[in-house]
Amino acid sequence: MGAVLAAVLGASLMGCSSTGGKRAEDRAAQAAAESRSAVNTPRWTFAMVTHSGDGDTFWDIVQKGAKMAAGKDNINFLYSHNDEAQQQAQLIQAAIDKKVDGLIVTLAKPDAMKDVVAKAVKAGIPVITVNSGSAESKQFGALTHIGQDESIAGEAVGDELNKRGRKKALCILHEQGNVGHEQRCAGAKKAFDGEMQSLYVEGTNMPDVQASIEAKLQADKDIDAVVTLGAPFADAAVKAKRTAGSKAEIDTFDLNAKVATALQDKTLGFAVDQQPYLQGYEAVDLLWLYRYNRNVLGGGRPVLTGPQVITAQDAAQLAEYTKRGTR
Amino acid sequence: MTATPGQPAPAGADERLLRTSQLRKLLGRPELGSLVGAVAVFIFFSIVADSFLRATSLGTVLYAASTIGIMAAPVALLMIGGEFDLSAGVMVTSSALISSMFSYQMTANVWVGVFVSLLVTLAFGAFNGFMLTRTKLPSFIITLGTFLMLTGLNLGFTKLISGTVSTKAIGDMEGFASARKVFASEWTVGGVELKVTILWWALLVAVATWILLRTRFGNWIYAVGGGADAARAVGVPVIRTKIGLYLGVAFAAWVSGQHLLFSYDVVQSGEGVGNELTYIIAAVIGGCLITGGYGSAIGSAVGAFIFGMTGKGIVYAEWNPDWFKFFLGAMLLLATLLNAWVRKRAEATK
Repeated sequence: MGAVLAAVLGASLMGCSSTGGKRAEDRAAQAAAESRSAVNTPRWTFAMVTHSGDGDTFWDIVQKGAKMAAGKDNINFLYSHNDEAQQQAQLIQAAIDKKVDGLIVTLAKPDAMKDVVAKAVKAGIPVITVNSGSAESKQFGALTHIGQDESIAGEAVGDELNKRGRKKALCILHEQGNVGHEQRCAGAKKAFDGEMQSLYVEGTNMPDVQASIEAKLQADKDIDAVVTLGAPFADAAVKAKRTAGSKAEIDTFDLNAKVATALQDKTLGFAVDQQPYLQGYEAVDLLWLYRYNRNVLGGGRPVLTGPQVITAQDAAQLAEYTKRGTR
Repeated sequence: MTATPGQPAPAGADERLLRTSQLRKLLGRPELGSLVGAVAVFIFFSIVADSFLRATSLGTVLYAASTIGIMAAPVALLMIGGEFDLSAGVMVTSSALISSMFSYQMTANVWVGVFVSLLVTLAFGAFNGFMLTRTKLPSFIITLGTFLMLTGLNLGFTKLISGTVSTKAIGDMEGFASARKVFASEWTVGGVELKVTILWWALLVAVATWILLRTRFGNWIYAVGGGADAARAVGVPVIRTKIGLYLGVAFAAWVSGQHLLFSYDVVQSGEGVGNELTYIIAAVIGGCLITGGYGSAIGSAVGAFIFGMTGKGIVYAEWNPDWFKFFLGAMLLLATLLNAWVRKRAEATK
């Protein structure tokens, strides 16, 4: 009813856009049912502590998945993050102080998290690691790890580049100090038959990212493939390619709405997705399963959410999901 | 802290004079405003976050405050001396990297690396002070240059030597265990886990306070901060004082760096950027003036404690951490306004 009324009112007002905008978003939100608790277990509190910086698209999607599962499972879900190892460790400690019923952590800087995760395990809090740290997860005493093996994902990129007959590629690292990123580039290097170079850029400064890639493409005209490690950086690479007048194909890890449309119009070659929504959703859901039924998934091995190579035809099916920010 | 005597002495007219002078002394302390603020923040989070008041939480808050406070104390002294150090944040990371990589590459006892790191970090501080006094450029520019250079050196050297962006683990090397005791141990007092950094913090604040209030060097710090030319005219060794202050910051950066290394074993080369502002904010909340010549080390400790309470309090209160920076900014403005108001009142009663 309300939606119909709003539409009638909207159409009668001059100068309104009939497509997109806030109203379309509201309608979609109304259509998507409110996630209501589907179980009658006690209201447990789960905390998620990640190594994300401020305002990161990827982690926003992870959170959306986690919140959806939390809604269904009657969970009080807390999220905190910091990109400095010391601060992240302190936030995990704060969650332990709060005596949460479950803990979800990322191990991008595994050594720094070792002690504090051990403390959580000792305090009897079930821990699930997500996104990064598949190698350390078990050793630290976590129930399971949910994410993609970065080396395998890197190799998938290398293989795909071979398939496309590329000869000289560039790997753009936007977060200095992230071991997972290093593994991605190393994996791609390993599987790629041509030559691959690494380029470090400052991920928090987009114009700088673009300028750095531009300079590299201008300096080396032979580069025929650029691989970015995050969806927002693919766009910067595309702009850099245009300015530099390069012929390189831009490919990327991860997805977002812009990447999906760029894949469809062939501005980008392919994307390798690790399904962040799934990482958040599964982490909360598996913790709930553990608390409710002592179930553990994965048989002591990481539960992989990727890599999934996405090309132009796949992107069309994903467009609506990337728009609402869940892919 | 001086307390006002509760019982008036049986003496005659002198007694009231004495009491006002004590009160005035208290009102004139730079950290008074921040103390009021700290109490307010504490009460606030005690009300909104029920897990904030747990003993274990207090241990976490104190630890968070100590990691800031160790640096904020010498940074406060430097600011009283009228200068900035923007390289303080990355210098901490540099110090940890040097220590770790030297020990690893030379296969030396870890303590050798720790000692080498002390010398090199002090050299960074000396470089800052020396460049400042020789070039007469503002410290903002000099240390901004150092900050950028160190950021690049951290990454470049680590990548060159270790082949990755973080150092190799040195946890299995000789001397690591004893160094960990000194820089990153913890003990449990009545169920509360207290980290050794809290002791380092207390020690540094005590030493800094003693220097400021009880030594000739302390007078020089106030003098050069109040006006370098006037200080020079009355015979204060301005150059030596300023270099000394930068050495103090470097020493604290070394302590923080070793803590990072020995609590986490592996150091990420890209970290520490932005923390220099945190130290400056802690000092300013604690009553230091940006223009120099006024402030206290105890104030910096209170500022660091407010920082620790706010940062962790938001987590205990289960608020969305996206708003943390907003609260920090608002708090900085409020604290500075409060400090200015208290200072005005104190000066008016003189």
